[in-house]
Amino acid sequence: MTERAKRVATREAGAGLLSGTTADCSAYAAGSLLSVEHLSVADVAGILAMTARLERMDVAERARVLAGRTIALLFYESSTRTRTSFELAAKSLGATTTLVSDKSSSIEKGESLKDTGLTLRALGAEAIILRHPSSGAASLLARVTGLPVLNAGDGMHQHPSQALLDLRTILLRLGRDASTVDAKTLDGITVVITGDILHSRVARSDAMLLPRLGARVVLCGPAELLPESALGLGDGIEIERDFDRALAQADVVMMLRIQKERLAGFDLDLAEFIERYQLNAVRLAAAAAKTVVMPLILHPGPIIRGLEITGEVADGTQSAIEEQVGQGLAVRRALLVRALGVKA
Amino acid sequence: MSEMLILNGRMVDPASGIDGPRDVLVRDGRIAAIEVPGGLASVANSLPVENQIDTTGMVVAPGLIDIHVHLREPGQTHKETIRTGTAAAAAGGFTTVVAMPNTTPVNDSVKSLRWMLDAARGPVVKLLAMPAATFGSLGLEITDFHELVKAGAVGFTDDGKPVLEDEVMRAALVAAAGLGVPVSQHAEDTRLTGGCSMNAGRVAFRLGLRGMPVEAEARIVERDLRLLREIERVERVRPHLHVQHVSTSRALHEIRRAKAEGLHVTCEATPHHFTLTDEAIGDYDTNAKMNPPLRAEADRHALIEGLLDGTVDCIATDHAPHASWEKEVEFERAANGITGLETALGLALRVLHREHGMELARVIALMSARPAEGIGLKDRGNLRVGSWADVVVFDAAAEWSFVVGESRSKSRNTPFDGAAMLGRVQATICEGRIVYRASGLS
Repeated sequence: MTERAKRVATREAGAGLLSGTTADCSAYAAGSLLSVEHLSVADVAGILAMTARLERMDVAERARVLAGRTIALLFYESSTRTRTSFELAAKSLGATTTLVSDKSSSIEKGESLKDTGLTLRALGAEAIILRHPSSGAASLLARVTGLPVLNAGDGMHQHPSQALLDLRTILLRLGRDASTVDAKTLDGITVVITGDILHSRVARSDAMLLPRLGARVVLCGPAELLPESALGLGDGIEIERDFDRALAQADVVMMLRIQKERLAGFDLDLAEFIERYQLNAVRLAAAAAKTVVMPLILHPGPIIRGLEITGEVADGTQSAIEEQVGQGLAVRRALLVRALGVKA
Repeated sequence: MSEMLILNGRMVDPASGIDGPRDVLVRDGRIAAIEVPGGLASVANSLPVENQIDTTGMVVAPGLIDIHVHLREPGQTHKETIRTGTAAAAAGGFTTVVAMPNTTPVNDSVKSLRWMLDAARGPVVKLLAMPAATFGSLGLEITDFHELVKAGAVGFTDDGKPVLEDEVMRAALVAAAGLGVPVSQHAEDTRLTGGCSMNAGRVAFRLGLRGMPVEAEARIVERDLRLLREIERVERVRPHLHVQHVSTSRALHEIRRAKAEGLHVTCEATPHHFTLTDEAIGDYDTNAKMNPPLRAEADRHALIEGLLDGTVDCIATDHAPHASWEKEVEFERAANGITGLETALGLALRVLHREHGMELARVIALMSARPAEGIGLKDRGNLRVGSWADVVVFDAAAEWSFVVGESRSKSRNTPFDGAAMLGRVQATICEGRIVYRASGLS
């Protein structure tokens, strides 16, 4: 069968992404990370091992790993954590970085994503980190440039580096070895993801990665923000509309912000949402009374204090929110080294 | 006087019920005689061999008719022209195509219709057109149906958009009923599909794309059927509603019921909707993006069932060429539509005939006699003596793969590059002229 015939056969048979096998990513440069679907469990273990190795290095040694290499950050959406951590990660490895944002670039003049990518490539970029409001934009950029592309968030689709940093945070806080994983590492662990699942690329990435490492993922939210079609993300995913019931089972609870910019005219009753889904001290204490362990609390940020989570809980001892940010720096170093195919 | 003989083929003409060996004599663009092999021997002896086509082992059928194509001229000739689009039609076995009005400017006047149908555009096959149902396809005020029909309109549509307002659609149906032509509706309640770029469901959720619910199609079909009932009761006329590119089980169900009830409703299905599902989008392949979108497997099956049980009246391609740069963009921003003229027969024979057991004659009927009936053509879509000599000659058993690089269309936007096809066109004859000939046919 020719390559093209294979492609067509695959298309007609359905993409088969949910069959437990790793999705086909042969169309993209090695080192690209567009979706957690493209990562095998062994790939994840490799990234974690690399993260640990880079962390152990002293500062001077680390600064030689990507010395002389050029990485472009291409941001079509605002970002604090992701952009800064990718940039600091690249700089700590000795790479040269350049930042292009949709404001103050020729994107404002109507230059397409393809032409922007080709321009960055012509200027010597060896990898591109992309954040973009359209789902699938990272795949497009990887296809048209042939460069390794790291997806730093594409629309409502994927945010794979966030899922990896969440994984590392969970492993460390649960006292596990954070330098490797296998299909059973998270056996017996229940991760509850609550809030605006529909618009969340983080929820999709986490819900598609963690069950493959043994975790049970419970999605929680009102039907408007969590349609039944979410179950199609894969095996090991459940929906529980009652947050208190979900919380009582949680080893880890991840809260999500309501993405007002993506609500698209839909009018949500915030008071009711807070009543049913806010993570606060009362709710946490009630859940804790039913179990022996207090759940670990994650949030990909930005957090809206007083909405999906109260300040005291976000700042409390169970919260790993700041730690997530730190792990973002660590994991993204490994992703950059992987993207450029460097042995470290 | 020009003559041509089509010899030794298996003639399949659903309109006359013939399926058997026949020789066909063509004279001055019309079918002059049909005889069992040998019956035209005296003509053959006096006719130069270059005017004789040996179709041994081939099917000889009425030229295919596509009542839904976008030829992009005037105004979007970077995508397609009437000449290139009809050349693709000829290569696909089509001898008549009906151009949609969403050109630039919109085809909504006698002047623009005459310009489009003018021989100076260089159509390779018979070109017909459905002008806009409303001025500018804005959905506000119906065009001059009477004058447009006199100038050659075979129906009215705002394709690409629905006629949303009840009163405007009612006026269009009443006006068309008096003229005996259909109103062809793009059934999409756009109030439910804002910002959507694919079918709603699990695949859309996984891809993080907003999905068009099946209700968006069903609601317009239900509304239009209600209007048909009201008009029949109140106005005492019988409008013909044609539902374009039906894609959902829900809408098909409504159409099936309306037909049983006796309303004059017809519908078409596209090869892509009965071949692919929304899984074909894969990793954001914009060549799998069109409107209506590829649906779920259950909808695809319902469509095949509707084709088998007669609920679906004809196959139409919705041939919608776009330049590469209009597709090589973010999925949500990519233009809707795919080319389809050169893959329609190969997919219909593979999926409907081979995979679902539809008789060859029925596949041909869905692509010739039935669409001809839908737009009131009497002397096309059949191989009767006196009809136009619109003929497709194809090898029904040929298995091949479509190669987009060889397409006659100006555009390359198809999800079927490399896809398996069954049945290959060997020659296309329009009004007695050979408009396409595969290499190797004598």
